[in-house]
Amino acid sequence: MSGGSIRISRRRLLGAGALGAGGAILSGCDRLNASPAFRGLIESAEGLHMRSQRLIAGRDALAREFAETDMSPVFRANGTREVADGLYRANLAAGFAQWTLAIGGLVRRSLSLSLAALMALPQREQITRHDCVEGWSAIGKWQGPQLSRILAMAGLLPDARYIVFHCADRYGEAPYYESIDLIDAFHPQTILAWRMNGAPLTQAHGAPLRLRVERQLGYKHAKYVMRVEARASLAGLYGGRGGLWEDRAGYEWYAGI
Amino acid sequence: MDKPGAADAQEPRSGDLVRRHRLSTRLWHWTNAVALLVMLMSGLMIFNAHPRLYWGEYGANFDSAWLQIGATSGGEGVLRIGDSSWRTTGLLGVWTDGDGTVRRNAFPGWATIPSTYDLASARVWHLAFAWVLSLGLLIYLSWSLVDGHIRRDLHIVRAEWRLSHIWRDVKDHARLRFPAGIAALRYNVLQKLAYAGVLFGLLPLVIVTGLAMSPGMDAAWPWLSAIWGGRQSARSLHFLAAFGLVGFFAVHIVMVLLSGPINQVRAMVTGRFRLPVDRA
Repeated sequence: MSGGSIRISRRRLLGAGALGAGGAILSGCDRLNASPAFRGLIESAEGLHMRSQRLIAGRDALAREFAETDMSPVFRANGTREVADGLYRANLAAGFAQWTLAIGGLVRRSLSLSLAALMALPQREQITRHDCVEGWSAIGKWQGPQLSRILAMAGLLPDARYIVFHCADRYGEAPYYESIDLIDAFHPQTILAWRMNGAPLTQAHGAPLRLRVERQLGYKHAKYVMRVEARASLAGLYGGRGGLWEDRAGYEWYAGI
Repeated sequence: MDKPGAADAQEPRSGDLVRRHRLSTRLWHWTNAVALLVMLMSGLMIFNAHPRLYWGEYGANFDSAWLQIGATSGGEGVLRIGDSSWRTTGLLGVWTDGDGTVRRNAFPGWATIPSTYDLASARVWHLAFAWVLSLGLLIYLSWSLVDGHIRRDLHIVRAEWRLSHIWRDVKDHARLRFPAGIAALRYNVLQKLAYAGVLFGLLPLVIVTGLAMSPGMDAAWPWLSAIWGGRQSARSLHFLAAFGLVGFFAVHIVMVLLSGPINQVRAMVTGRFRLPVDRA
């Protein structure tokens, strides 16, 4: 936005403040919301959230795990429930028998792992609460290999700082993607789940593979993961904010709150 | 020593302009007023993203909600609590915005930040002002403990706990009989209960239940959501505490208007309060 438009919005804001009525307060808030300077200020709280939570939680503090009797009777599927991509649909029809997960970017060895290979790795099973940014929660059981094990197989290069998950679903033209830093990537509960509530993932829940990053909100748990990429920076990747919802609507990259 | 203004050589009389609110109280009052208004309005927008409340750890569309705001198939707004429901078209569920467009969100645009549906922005506002609210309360309570405000002005002494005393205060309020002269400088027991209830009850409750909804905080402190019976219970209590604060605000404004709004607002801005003259 240009400097001119900021000046106009400030002048209008002063005018609105002079009226002092409820409606003026509200339109003032909408104008503040659109002001890059004010947005920058209130968005800076995100760093405070991440640093303060990491300070008190410690690197490996576990999200609460529950008993089978605590599980939601029906686990709501949200976001994409059907993937349009042709290659994805062919893999889905074939039960993902020919499908492979690609691991690349800043790694010593790029990998291509079949679903059978992922299932053959040591598994972690966890019953956790999924918290959507909208406010609802569902408790489900997830199983898959730890991401840390797969990253260890590939061997991260020293410059790697972020792990990006490239997905098969799209919102309009934009492909879904998400990213986490190495603290969450190497957290013991961070798994690539292929099994949910005792059965292979359904399409609505992200078949064949979905990220579980249990200390953050639902939109970080990327579904339909096709490729894992280690990167030094999130800049230059799509909108540069580290995820589709971050780029598209300004949701926080650190979604621990 | 207990009477504010007792340090003056002469005891102030009705009509005198005296010192009332300390700077710490005035600063916090207005900071908190802005923070609470932003928290409420951005919070209502966040609620609009999923206008259903549950008890327990989980809760989503397939689970039963104890409170729900929505629309009927006939396009009427509905508030449902338990088995009761009310038509709320125009106010909740279905309403018309400033441009004449019919909207189907729980709370209307005039009550939310931003005024049109935007969960991401509402969260940015809410979670930034949460720091202002929490740190403001923490600093103010610590300061008030040190400077004696809590002990001197908010502490409810044994005589005030007597039911007969409380009942007389209720009757005085009902008759709109407010104290005059130097007695107006002291909080009565209902005022003390209201202010203490907000400072030590509703505000801490709204902050802690808010934190309990954070998955990161729950990993750090698993008891944080467990003590409320789960995350969705914490979310319900967060909503109820917020409306408890709205209730306090409504009574607060009415009392200010009834007891001389200009004098009261001046006292909260400049600290100076004119002792009311007995109307009798």
